[in-house]
Amino acid sequence: MAFLGNTVRGWGGTQAAGREIRSEDLPAITRGASLTRGLGRSYGDSSLPAPDVSSIPGSALANRILSFDAGAGVLRAEAGLTIGEIQRLFLPRKWSFPVLPGTQFVTLGGAVAADIHGKNHHVDGTIGSHVRALTLRTADDSVVESSREENEDIFRATLGGMGLTGHVLEVEVALKRIPSPWIWAESERVPNLDEFIRSLAEAARDWPYTVGWMDALAQGGDLGRGILMRGRWAEPAEAPVHPPRPKPRVTVPFRLPGWTLNSFSMRAFNALYFRRHPNRTKRGIVHPESFFHPLDAVRHWNRVYGRRGFTQHQCVLPETESPGATRRYLEALARGRLGSFLCVIKDCGPEGEGLLSFPRPGISIAVDLPMRSRTQEIIDELNERVLAEGGRIYLAKDALSRREHFQAMEGRLDAFRIIRKRWDPAGRLKSAQSVRLLGDPV
Amino acid sequence: MRVVALGATRGMGRSLTRLMAERGDRLFLLGRDPEELAKAARDLEIRAGNDLQIGSAHCDLEDPDGFTGALDRAAATLGGLDGVIVTAGIFATQEALEQDPAAARRLLEVDFVRTVEFCEEARRRLLTGGGGTLCVFSSVAGERGRKPVVLYGAAKAGLTRYLEGLDHKFRGQGLVTVCVKPGFVRTGMTAGLSAPPFAGEPDAVARQVLSAIDRGTPVIYVPGAWRWIMLMIRSLPRAVMRRVGF
Ligand SMILES: Cc1cc2nc3c(=O)[nH]c(=O)nc-3n(C[C@H](O)[C@H](O)[C@H](O)COP(=O)(O)OP(=O)(O)OC[C@H]3O[C@@H](n4cnc5c(N)ncnc54)[C@H](O)[C@@H]3O)c2cc1C
Ligand SMILES: NC(=O)c1ccc[n+]([C@@H]2O[C@H](COP(=O)([O-])OP(=O)(O)OC[C@H]3O[C@@H](n4cnc5c(N)ncnc54)[C@H](OP(=O)(O)O)[C@@H]3O)[C@@H](O)[C@H]2O)c1
Repeated sequence: MAFLGNTVRGWGGTQAAGREIRSEDLPAITRGASLTRGLGRSYGDSSLPAPDVSSIPGSALANRILSFDAGAGVLRAEAGLTIGEIQRLFLPRKWSFPVLPGTQFVTLGGAVAADIHGKNHHVDGTIGSHVRALTLRTADDSVVESSREENEDIFRATLGGMGLTGHVLEVEVALKRIPSPWIWAESERVPNLDEFIRSLAEAARDWPYTVGWMDALAQGGDLGRGILMRGRWAEPAEAPVHPPRPKPRVTVPFRLPGWTLNSFSMRAFNALYFRRHPNRTKRGIVHPESFFHPLDAVRHWNRVYGRRGFTQHQCVLPETESPGATRRYLEALARGRLGSFLCVIKDCGPEGEGLLSFPRPGISIAVDLPMRSRTQEIIDELNERVLAEGGRIYLAKDALSRREHFQAMEGRLDAFRIIRKRWDPAGRLKSAQSVRLLGDPV
Repeated sequence: MRVVALGATRGMGRSLTRLMAERGDRLFLLGRDPEELAKAARDLEIRAGNDLQIGSAHCDLEDPDGFTGALDRAAATLGGLDGVIVTAGIFATQEALEQDPAAARRLLEVDFVRTVEFCEEARRRLLTGGGGTLCVFSSVAGERGRKPVVLYGAAKAGLTRYLEGLDHKFRGQGLVTVCVKPGFVRTGMTAGLSAPPFAGEPDAVARQVLSAIDRGTPVIYVPGAWRWIMLMIRSLPRAVMRRVGF
């Protein structure tokens, strides 16, 4: 078993005292444990141990493929296998992981626990709808199989349950048949928010993958300007004959000084990114990594935020029930004047089966925010907004939300609590996040 | 390449055999736990995706009587051997070994005596078949007598010298010996140790080792920076070594 130092960190830099223990033998290290983590790509404290817990099992070395049905594309693997590894191995065989997040360095366990969504949420839903079965170590230390047929309650609660219902040991998931491992992508400038929401809806009708990058610092008539991207798997006739090779990566070697990212450099970056895109539609064949995981080209890019780190606020706003919700949210963000490097907009499809899954119909907005003294206040304001609009936040990105806000947004919490109580009456499973947001005792 | 691997169920051996399976090498696995061996073989078969089956057989470094039979089965299944890879080994902290003479003896036996016995068996077979590659994982711990690894380091020092001797004596006859000296690699083995700078990841290390196997490099430090770190540590005077903690 390997210990990796005395602090455990989320992707944004939120940290907790504790040691991560990795072993190939996930069943052994999860025995008696309160939470398992994957690769720590959740931004805040989802993957951090509760304050009274000093060690946390890490699944990264438990990464064997257990079976693959080459006819149906059903893969069974240990929870530490990453999406990137699955893509590397199976794209050349014309199978893709069905839901691809913005980074490929995500484990199967982390994907299930956050019930991740991707650019195809409007057609394919969250990863949960492609998961066939889960092998779990539950709070009483037994190992149980769960699926839609067997122990269905804990299966549903584990999708999006942020590790609080049991340790995922194995995942069985159906991959997606693809015509070629390359992507046909198109992108175009969008002048403002209304146009963005309209063009996302329009693209959703014909395209399996859609997403938008937005200049969160543009204001007035430019509010919500950005670039819309849409894509589909390329047909064999359009695609190169060879499979895509893994892209080379550069690394940010250490944490940069905090001042490198200030509102000026962020505004300049955003404006540049927008202007660099030609005025016409760009289209063509692209590498799947560039399309799905552009940020992975820079390893440890989180270090550009310096020692204080950053957080993300991702919420989904029911634009149909509450027209103008997204505009009001962006205006609240602009009032915060903290600046944001990255703002991603996506329309979500129907809610999935996961009891605490994030997506629901509406517009999802994700903004990265540097950690400053005012960040808490801004998150509070944004959450007031989300609450007023009837939206909700994504736990995998959250570090600072207040318990009152989260609980008021989350109508499904009681149902989740009942199942948790059934499987974990002594309350052994918890995380730093569940102590903060659910009030789990320490 | 037709390769038999002892210690592929975990760690660097797992990473290395994955690379080899993916590029189409034919593998046979040896180890002490049949269920783990079967899972490792299945994982490799699926990754390779070429419908080749990967066999395995029981072989425990603590049971030298089984070496011949295990290598026989491997050679029979693969129809000959081009390479033998030994990543099997155990580690324990110096404190633990000082307090438990039985554990100390076990470590010295497994990491030195039995590993050498296994390599002797492998050497004979490879030479009879006209040559091949013997790649064995020793350690930087064998480079210098150091406080945290007195016993483990002694076993690895012995192993390193043995491998050096093999290389000098038999390379001319076609036996290529590759001695791998890992520095600190984040595997399950590095228990209780906080990672120093230049710690490596098993997958990256495996890529370096594979290219050393392909080129027949007699000694390789992984990650590469450890070559320079050890150069420095080897040149420190005894008086300094006596004082420092590493
Ligand atoms: C650049 C970037 C882009 C991203 N883009 C997206 C996106 O497009 N869509 C999206 O949905 N998410 C996205 N994410 C978030 C990411 O997908 C989730 O946070 C995911 O959970 C991270 O997986 P992980 O393996 O790193 O898990 P960790 O971050 O280590 O853990 C996340 C949660 O999963 C739980 N968990 C992990 N493994 C297990 C297990 N074996 N058993 C039980 N619980 C477990 C942990 O307890 C924790 O609650 C992005 C993150 C980054 C850094
Ligand atoms: N990790 C490091 O930092 C480091 C540094 C220097 C040197 N090394 C050396 O590099 C080699 C590989 O290390 P690692 O970190 O990859 O180790 P690891 O992850 O602990 O894997 C060790 C492997 O050896 C096998 N093994 C242990 N005892 C055995 C026995 N009695 N019989 C047969 N097989 C046995 C294990 O099989 P089971 O699955 O049955 O347990 C496992 O496959 C070792 O020789 C180690 O000493 C490692």
